[in-house]
Parts: sequence; C-alpha cells; structure tokens
Amino acid sequence: MGDVRTEDGAPLVGVLALQGDFDDHEQALAAFGVRTRQVRTADGLRGLDGLVLPGGESTTMLKLLDVEGLWGPLGEALASGLPVFATCAGMILLAERVENPQQRSYGLLPITVVRNGYGRQFHSGTFALQLESNELPEGTTGTFIRAPRITAVGDCEVLARRDGDPVLVRKGPLLAACFHPELERGHAVVAMFVTAVRRAREAAGAIAAAVPAPRTAGAEAPGVAAPSKGVAQCASLRPAR
Amino acid sequence: MTKHPFPQVPGFSAEEVVSKIGFCEQLKGGVIMDVIDADQARIAEEAGACAVMALERVPADIRKFGGVARASDPEMIAAIQKAVSIPVMAKVRIGHFVEAQLLEAMEVDCIDESEVLTPADEQFHVDKRVFKTPFVCGCRDLGEALRRIHEGAAMIRTKGEAGTGNVVEAVRHMRALMSQIKELRAMDEKQLEKKASELRVPVELVQWVAEAQKLPVPNFSAGGVATPADAALMMQLGAEAVFVGSGIFKSGDPQKRAKAIVRAVTHFRDAKVLVEVSKGLGEPMVGINISELPEDQLLAKRGI
Repeated sequence: MGDVRTEDGAPLVGVLALQGDFDDHEQALAAFGVRTRQVRTADGLRGLDGLVLPGGESTTMLKLLDVEGLWGPLGEALASGLPVFATCAGMILLAERVENPQQRSYGLLPITVVRNGYGRQFHSGTFALQLESNELPEGTTGTFIRAPRITAVGDCEVLARRDGDPVLVRKGPLLAACFHPELERGHAVVAMFVTAVRRAREAAGAIAAAVPAPRTAGAEAPGVAAPSKGVAQCASLRPAR
Repeated sequence: MTKHPFPQVPGFSAEEVVSKIGFCEQLKGGVIMDVIDADQARIAEEAGACAVMALERVPADIRKFGGVARASDPEMIAAIQKAVSIPVMAKVRIGHFVEAQLLEAMEVDCIDESEVLTPADEQFHVDKRVFKTPFVCGCRDLGEALRRIHEGAAMIRTKGEAGTGNVVEAVRHMRALMSQIKELRAMDEKQLEKKASELRVPVELVQWVAEAQKLPVPNFSAGGVATPADAALMMQLGAEAVFVGSGIFKSGDPQKRAKAIVRAVTHFRDAKVLVEVSKGLGEPMVGINISELPEDQLLAKRGI
C-alpha cells in the first residue's frame, strides 16, 4: 500500500465491505472530503486513518469474517486506537453482549444489544433523538432500520437516546449508532466521526514528526474523547434506563 | 465530490427514502435465498444469506406443477419468521394488493410483487406507495424499472427467467438496463421529455437517472443464477446483490453451494476466490434452455 495517505492529504478510512450498506458509508464520507477503501481482506486494513463497520446483516458478516480469516486482523485493528464508526450491524459486532439470539462479538464496547430490538422492518422509520452531547445540533434525528436496541451500558458515553434508550454511544475512539446516519446527507454523526479521524491523524502526524509536545494535539478535541454533558459513566453494565 | 445516494427521489418522501430504500441498501453485497420451510431458512441463514424469500414452491417446481401460483400460506411464512433473525421476504401476485395487505399485517420485511406467481391483474400493479413495507419488483429494461419505482418499488431486480438455472435472461435484462441508463446521459431536456413519455413515467424520474447514472433504488439481480460464477457475473454487470431461487435447494449440496455463492458475491471481482469456492460443489440444478420453453411459459413477459 505504501504511504497512500499522503497522496492528496485527505484522510483514508477503511470500510468493511463484506456485505451491507458500505457504499452509502463511502459516499457519506466522500461528502466530507474523506477518501475510503473497501476492506475485504487483512491487507486492506493497512495504513488507515479510521475504520467503518457498516450496516447490513451481522450474521452474514460474522460468517464471512471467519471464512476470510479476517476475524483476528479486524479485531486487532479495532482495538488499535484507530477511530472507529459502527452503525447497526456494525455496532452489534463491537458490543460486549449480543442477544436475540446470542452471538459472538468483539466485546470492545461495554453495551448489551438485542438484535432487531425495535421490531421488524414494519417498525422502521426516522425518530427524534434526545441529545446528551453538545456536539450534535438540536433536531438531529436517526433512521432506525430493524435496529438493534441497547439494553445495558457500561463504562461509555451516551451521546443520544430514543425514548430513553441509548442509541449513540462512544468509548474512546469507538463511536457506535443503532441508527443509520450514513443514509442522510451530511448527518452530524458522520461529521463527528470525520472530526475524530482528522484529529487522530493530526495527533499521529505530530508524534511522527517528533514535535516536542505531541500530546497537546487533540487533547481537548471534542470529536475524540472529551466527556459530554450528561455522560453515562459507570464501572459495570447496568440497565439502560 | 461524490454524489450522495440520497438526494430527493421523485415520488418518495424524505422519510420513505431513508426507511424504505434504506432497508434495501442494507441487503447490498448479499444473497437473498428462496426457502420453502424453516429448515431451509436455517440453512440459508447459517450459510450467510442476508435475507430469505419464503415461498411454498421454488420457481423450478412452480414450472413443474403448473396451475395457479399464489402467495404462500401465512402459517408457513410465520414459521420461517420464527426460525431466523435475518429479514424475511415473501411474494405476492402482480396486482394482488390484498395478498400484499396480508403480508404487511404479518410484518414481512419486504414484499416481492413477482412475475413468478400467476398475475392477478393484467392492467395494474399494486400501488406500492400506500404500504409501509418496502416492495421489490422485477424488470427487463429501464422502462419496467422506472414504472415500478414510480408505483413505489424500493428495490428493483432483473426478472431473468426464474426456475431455469439459466442466467442468459438475467444477463440480457441487466445489460439492457445499464445501457439504457447510459444512453440517457447524452440526451438534452427535450429528448428526456420524449423518453419519459415513451417509458410512461414522470420526466423528473428520467432526469434523476440521467444525472445520477443509476437507479434511485438498489438494483439487484434474479432469475436463473445457479453457480457462484453466475452470481459474480451479475455483480460485475452492475447488480448490487443477488437473489437465488431454485439454484440452491435444487442442487446436490445446498449448504455448500449457498456458502459458495455468498462468498462469490462478496469477492465478485476476485477470480482466485471464485475458483476456490467453485470447487467440488456437487451437482448444480438441472437447467432449462429458454429457447425450448413455449412462449406461454416465459415468466419474464408477465407484468411489463
């Protein structure tokens, strides 16, 4: 891959492209000037500034992760500190515990999710969100499609809720939504991820260039790890509401 | 800057665009498999299908048994809904809006208004806008695709010639669709207007396609896919996902073939993976030469 990142200065985000709405994520990111790469093999994980786990069917993705020998390498990339954005099925892959039915997951995000927890497609739609972060503009909505439902959260920030349920959560560089911001033009949650990617890249660049105080870069970055108002912090899993 | 997939789509509300079309977007890069009972549905899910199509008889058997093919028994559909966690689709006869009402009441995830069943109305398709459930419809060319989208279809698939195990018609339909989309690019406003009246759809829809150079809804392939190479062929020709009907459960080793086709659709441009998955799959379904079918048995001519 070489130093592909410096080609035109735009950050490069890998989008897991085994199955699902990966090209919607690519177009949503392109609208913010971010370059993307479809990731189908371990090789595709190299040299990225961020990683997206798209919507789709989590069962399908799990099967393909195994066959392609991608389960391990992807897990390493997800845990490496790279900014990660996961929606719907992608969030299921990151969760600590998955129900209905129980299935394997990376367990990097301290949440319990119930698959299709809001019902079948008939119950899908766009819903108002209660925002708990000042990084999102008033009136931000979310489109839920056979969406997973978060029933317990551990040590992570809750950035938005739907009728009390957490639906947008963040832990360090991992940002995950039950809904699909990638399906709407210029959605604030996609912007939030892009900000995180840019800041992480600047910080990494600062370290690489051996600037005397690299840690200042991005330390107060709203898109990286700054606590939000109303942050839900606790040591272990507890009921979501 | 890349064009975003969801500007407004003529005839769809903003919410419908994200919830109905958005649902179909989630199936992309996947395989939707025909299943006739809960056991087959489990095999399909286990193999990595992104959805199943519940029906009493796969198209190959519909051909064999003849008679009137109708929507499936709700009990059988419910058993399949209970057996799997992936989306469950089901078919209704063309124009049979009451069969569609039944499926919506059962909360089937997506309704296929399908030429594989015996048409119920020779003049009208179902008015798909009044339903909350997304619909998929078949097409042989751009005109059929746009008429179905205008009626409210949130996903289009090629018709192909279902139940034959012969991919030639699906290829014909996909090529026709893609080249007709390309032709629009060179047209001026007057020509687009003429085209719209020729295709019997609003000019806004034709303008949308001319500019975006794609359909406003996901474009899948169906009808005659029997091997991993068939599936990859349809993907390389522009399909965004593949329906496999009789091709899996009418073959010698459905489990293995299902897994192989799932992998082929993900890696549709990687010939090495295609070689690997195509090895030792056992007997494929026995195919039918479409030129040997009598005219009245061609399903693709239904509902145009």
